[in-house]
Amino acid sequence: MRKVFRMENLCCANCAAKMERRIRKLPGVVDASVDFFHQKMILEADEAAFAELREPVMQAVRRLEPDCRVLMDD
Amino acid sequence: MTRGQKRAVMRIAAALFLCLTAVLTGAEGPLRLALYVAAYLTVGADVIWSALRNILRGELFDEEFLMALATVGAFIIGEYPEAAGVMLFYQVGELFEGLAVGRSRRSIAALMDIRPDYATVWRDGREIRIDPEEVELGERFIVLPGERIPLDGIIVEGNTAIDSSFLTGEGMPEDKLTGDRVVSGTINLTGRICVQAESVYRESTVARILELTENAAGRKAQTESFITRFARVYTPCVVVGAVLLAVLPPLLLRWDWSDSIYRSLVFLMVSCPCALVVSVPMSFFGGLGGASRQGVLIKGANYLETLARVDGIVFDKTGTLTRGTFRVREVITAEGSDPSQLLGLAAAAERNSNHPVAKAICEAAAGDVQTASDVKEYAGLGMEAVIDGEKYYVGNAALMERAGVGLQTGSPDGTTVHVSRGSEYLGHIVVADELKPEAAEAVEALRKLGVKRIAMLTGDCEAAARNAAGQAGIEEYHAGLLPGQKVEAVEEMLNMGCRLAFVGDGINDAPVLSRADVGIAMGALGSDAAIEAADVVLMDDSLQRLPQAIQTARHTMRIVRQNIVFALGVKAAILVLGAMGAVGLWAAAIGDVGVMVLAVLNAMRALKPPTGK
Repeated sequence: MRKVFRMENLCCANCAAKMERRIRKLPGVVDASVDFFHQKMILEADEAAFAELREPVMQAVRRLEPDCRVLMDD
Repeated sequence: MTRGQKRAVMRIAAALFLCLTAVLTGAEGPLRLALYVAAYLTVGADVIWSALRNILRGELFDEEFLMALATVGAFIIGEYPEAAGVMLFYQVGELFEGLAVGRSRRSIAALMDIRPDYATVWRDGREIRIDPEEVELGERFIVLPGERIPLDGIIVEGNTAIDSSFLTGEGMPEDKLTGDRVVSGTINLTGRICVQAESVYRESTVARILELTENAAGRKAQTESFITRFARVYTPCVVVGAVLLAVLPPLLLRWDWSDSIYRSLVFLMVSCPCALVVSVPMSFFGGLGGASRQGVLIKGANYLETLARVDGIVFDKTGTLTRGTFRVREVITAEGSDPSQLLGLAAAAERNSNHPVAKAICEAAAGDVQTASDVKEYAGLGMEAVIDGEKYYVGNAALMERAGVGLQTGSPDGTTVHVSRGSEYLGHIVVADELKPEAAEAVEALRKLGVKRIAMLTGDCEAAARNAAGQAGIEEYHAGLLPGQKVEAVEEMLNMGCRLAFVGDGINDAPVLSRADVGIAMGALGSDAAIEAADVVLMDDSLQRLPQAIQTARHTMRIVRQNIVFALGVKAAILVLGAMGAVGLWAAAIGDVGVMVLAVLNAMRALKPPTGK
């Protein structure tokens, strides 16, 4: 299942590419792309896995851009 | 400007003031060092901080880390003004980059944003604005002049003109009257209309288009993936080069340590691949945005890349090269009868038939239709009807034979409808699908663009195919193909090494669309099937969009190549000159930021595709 999440304050394309690589490697993630231009993350994973992925995804994002947030709550 | 950017401006100003103080007062010794350190920390504390944080997390080769390393190195070898100045310049560059990238990103995104913000509906006796997603199927909503139509629907009240240039690239406003269908995402220009929703928001045209453009990010072009891969190895390589440059010459060639360290710091300055990593995807993003303004939706940068290199195009005939609707082309009468009378007779008999040929005849006859009684339809043959007390037959050769009429020859290019009064032959009407008026011109334009192989596939008979291909200026055609055979024909061309685009209407040709290197569907406005099936979607059904789309794709690819060559070239030049000692930290910093900003500005050109010729 694919979900699209809005991102805020994602301001470096290189960081976005790095995030994308890391999130793809997280267990449970089928595919991920971080879209710098639309400020969005498209995450593909098992429906059940989304809740568990929340923390590691947020962490990967914060690590590369401390001010950046993923709106994963809606 | 964001809050962070405003803070950056203040810090830059403060640091600049401190640097100027140091220069103008001619401060010396510890005071000079103190002033520069103060300036350095004012402007670069956050860089140092995140560099430290990254080291603790094991993230070496990070932009901040390298920058911190380069400037701290400069302090250690005693180049105070440069250390502070370069950090200052780096921050100015970051700020500039953030502004340029942010602005470009937003302006492209805004162009592609066709999302309606609200819908005005009547609820509880009041007009209220609600989210388009909340509008129910069949509910009526009001659209004022200047507003975007939120959902697909039928006008139930009011007349207006609609601007659909955002979707189709077609600038002419279109008149819409009560009872006409309007498409979501288009702009209501002149009149207040009340529309009955024909779909919920999720299934509306605008939602489908938006979904398509959003998913485009997942489909990266080869060039993009190449750049990201390159970026991953570039930084470590340059850093290793910097270390070698710092250590080897003093040991082997007895260079001065501080001189070779200074040169290695230049390496660190240009070790970030940012200009490439931003400008290449941004060019693609701009190209996709520009194309969508022309009514060409490309589902991903990879397809844009392929489209730019297409050297073979295969057209489906019906509905793509031709209008897909039948028209009366010729009325040939036997001696003594009048063409309009013949049409009128035929139309009278065909009036109630749903066959496309019958409709074409009725349309051509317009008002001159007589009344028929005792109408009988012979499936696959034609009609029998009584007009003014006499029996008429309208249909194909087999029907004529049945009516006892001597066999007549029909026209080779189209469907022939014969008319007889009893067994007396009156004449025949040739009905054919019409070529789109711009077909020949578009095919010619494609040839000029260097498309080597242009072919047409059709399920129609040989004669109709030859005729249509001839008129369009296409030499290669394959007629009488079943859908499966179309796939085979395309596969054969792919095997011959063509980079092939297939152009169809997206309705019956999904397998062929997906088999070709690029599947292009035409006339997609309002046809969901086409939007789903194709890689490239032409919103209206003008063939002129096709050469335009290829030109836009090539324009984008040119910009991508320019940016790659430019960014790599400048970096390489700085590296070489830096190693030779001809370029200092300042020039390196300016070069790096300058490349970045110019590349982003260049990428913005992709948004404005070359027009027409």
